[in-house]
Amino acid sequence: MLLARVAEEKIASLYRAGKIHGGVFLGRGQEALSVAAGLALRKSDVFAPLIRDGAGRLAFGEPLIDAVRTYLGSRLGPMRGRDGNVHRGYPREGYLPMISHLGAMISVVNGVLFARRMKGIPDVVGLASVGDGATSTGSFHEGLNQAAVERLPLVLLIANNQYAYSTPNHRQFACRDLADKAAGYGVTCHTIDGTDFMECLRVLPAVVARAREGGGPQMVVARLLRLCGHGEHDDAGYIAPEFKTSALGRDCLHVAEEQMMQEQAVNAAELEAWRTETMEKVERVIARVQREPAPDPFQEDWRAIQTAHLVEVSASANPVDSRAPGAPQP
Amino acid sequence: MSVTYLEAIRAAQARALAEDPRVFIYGQDVGAFGGAFKATKNLIAEFPGRVLDAPISEDAMMGLAVGAAIEGLRPIIEMQFADFSTAGFNQIVNQAATLFWRTQVPCPIVIRLPGGGTSGSGPFHSQNMEAVYAHYPGLVVLTPATVEDAYSLLLAAVALEDPVIFCEHKLLYYHLKAEALPNEALPLGKARLAREGRDLTIVTYSAMVHEALAVAQELCLEGWEIEVVDLRSVKPLDTDTVMASVARTGRLLCVGESWPWGGVTAEVIARVVSEGFDLLDAPPQRLNAKDTPVPFHPNLWAAHRPTARSIAAAARTLLRS
Ligand SMILES: Cc1ncc(C[n+]2csc(CCOP(=O)(O)OP(=O)(O)O)c2C)c(N)n1
Ligand SMILES: [Mg+2]
Repeated sequence: MLLARVAEEKIASLYRAGKIHGGVFLGRGQEALSVAAGLALRKSDVFAPLIRDGAGRLAFGEPLIDAVRTYLGSRLGPMRGRDGNVHRGYPREGYLPMISHLGAMISVVNGVLFARRMKGIPDVVGLASVGDGATSTGSFHEGLNQAAVERLPLVLLIANNQYAYSTPNHRQFACRDLADKAAGYGVTCHTIDGTDFMECLRVLPAVVARAREGGGPQMVVARLLRLCGHGEHDDAGYIAPEFKTSALGRDCLHVAEEQMMQEQAVNAAELEAWRTETMEKVERVIARVQREPAPDPFQEDWRAIQTAHLVEVSASANPVDSRAPGAPQP
Repeated sequence: MSVTYLEAIRAAQARALAEDPRVFIYGQDVGAFGGAFKATKNLIAEFPGRVLDAPISEDAMMGLAVGAAIEGLRPIIEMQFADFSTAGFNQIVNQAATLFWRTQVPCPIVIRLPGGGTSGSGPFHSQNMEAVYAHYPGLVVLTPATVEDAYSLLLAAVALEDPVIFCEHKLLYYHLKAEALPNEALPLGKARLAREGRDLTIVTYSAMVHEALAVAQELCLEGWEIEVVDLRSVKPLDTDTVMASVARTGRLLCVGESWPWGGVTAEVIARVVSEGFDLLDAPPQRLNAKDTPVPFHPNLWAAHRPTARSIAAAARTLLRS
């Protein structure tokens, strides 16, 4: 949680300094839920994180440097500059790189689970993460229904952070509670307080275990609040002040720190040391990535299919322009 | 014993299932019912657990296929009609078509689209989708016109590491017959000279190949020799074969059953004009369906798409120009 928070704060400051191409999307306020999801999974499971799952990605085993490389567009990153920011992963390792279209990853997780079942690989769980806004998509409906029909070990984690970009829940859906949707698909739903780290740590492994034991798809709805803009370009002036002062608006990282101090698992001085150590680690990684090479349009193969001899070489395609940004200067 | 275009498609799927344990079929009503057109008839009995009925969820069908392909399986997705693939469009063009480029993980999926007009089918059961999909990088788009090609190209598609849009023409399903299925594999991306001639080249694909051949036969009686190029694959497009033909004839007519704006005929003409302008003795022409939804009534339907008659008229004009 701490690593995700610190790394994202650092990336946000690089963004403000104009050092990042494209957007920056933070998981501030969602780290407890996300990290609990990542921790509840095994390395051999399937994870389709979304934009606010920086913490869950780290917990699932993504090295910090992958996130930094993707944000900074390093050629050495998993996406090599072809895709950026939150769009990263290793599909063959069950870590699916999201496309932007909300809800679209759910059925892809289903497909991986379906294939593993067909191949006779037991004990797999797939977790797909979505927001309250994504629950209104057709893909959400189709994906959850498909998982239920196939009785796949899917955990569908919904972070209800009250807003989809600027749109509040009451303009997003008309049911009393998002959890009510699950019954319509024949799916069990669990509701949790996403700001409560200990609750997240308790519930998510139990839900994952249920899916693993053959309980069919499980839905989890977590209540929380987005403690940042939709992206770093957004000041989120539309968030109702009542939310910020309500229990939903608690910072899950502070809650977690207090919970751990109460349990005497850690004291204030140790927390401070963790923070310093984490900052240093993040700064080291960023400094390293900033020295890495950018993608080079001349070395790029510009090939969208695997079968090389079927690539079309069209006379009308744009030739590589040596003045393109990022290209080596003559 | 003769084989229809539809039987060839079924036979190719049966062979793919038999030869490759990674292959499975997923689509609406493809299981015990055997598919809306019976392209998967009895396959579920021969290959239990590998021919699965899908809910009416084209988006989720395609998403599942991508997930399974990531895991190394080779899904064949049957869209009940090509027209309904628009409901799975996002997963096809944004998920399947971008996967390899983004991650270097190939995405071997065959998406079977029963398309093309048949009289009485109307606006939502008649569409030709090849141009729409060919527009997107990351997809291979095949358009077999013959029984033999339906069989060989489908097998080649299943063997390919990339997502393939396989455009089947419903008008050919039952009527088109061959004596036997071919044995040798067909290289992808190569057009076929369906008929040789020296006066005019007609470039076309799918069901329009047969209209073009009828025209060639008819104009032969008037003393013209028409060459017919069957593209087989619209993406990639075999520009070399087209150009070689135009070099022989100097005249080009492109025929497509889909709509005129953009599309395959426009692409072929653009390439010939920009890369082979000097080969042309007359301005190249094209003939497509009218720019309206596909009509239901046979009188309207027959006038909406190109036919041997309208192709012959266009060819005569071009031959005299
Ligand atoms: C299908 C689709 N439509 C629109 C968008 C643009 N968009 C990106 S994020 C977002 C809001 C998402 O809200 P929610 O699902 O609640 O997730 P949150 O950002 O709150 O975590 C929108 C509208 C998109 N990515 N995909
Ligand atoms: Mg939201």
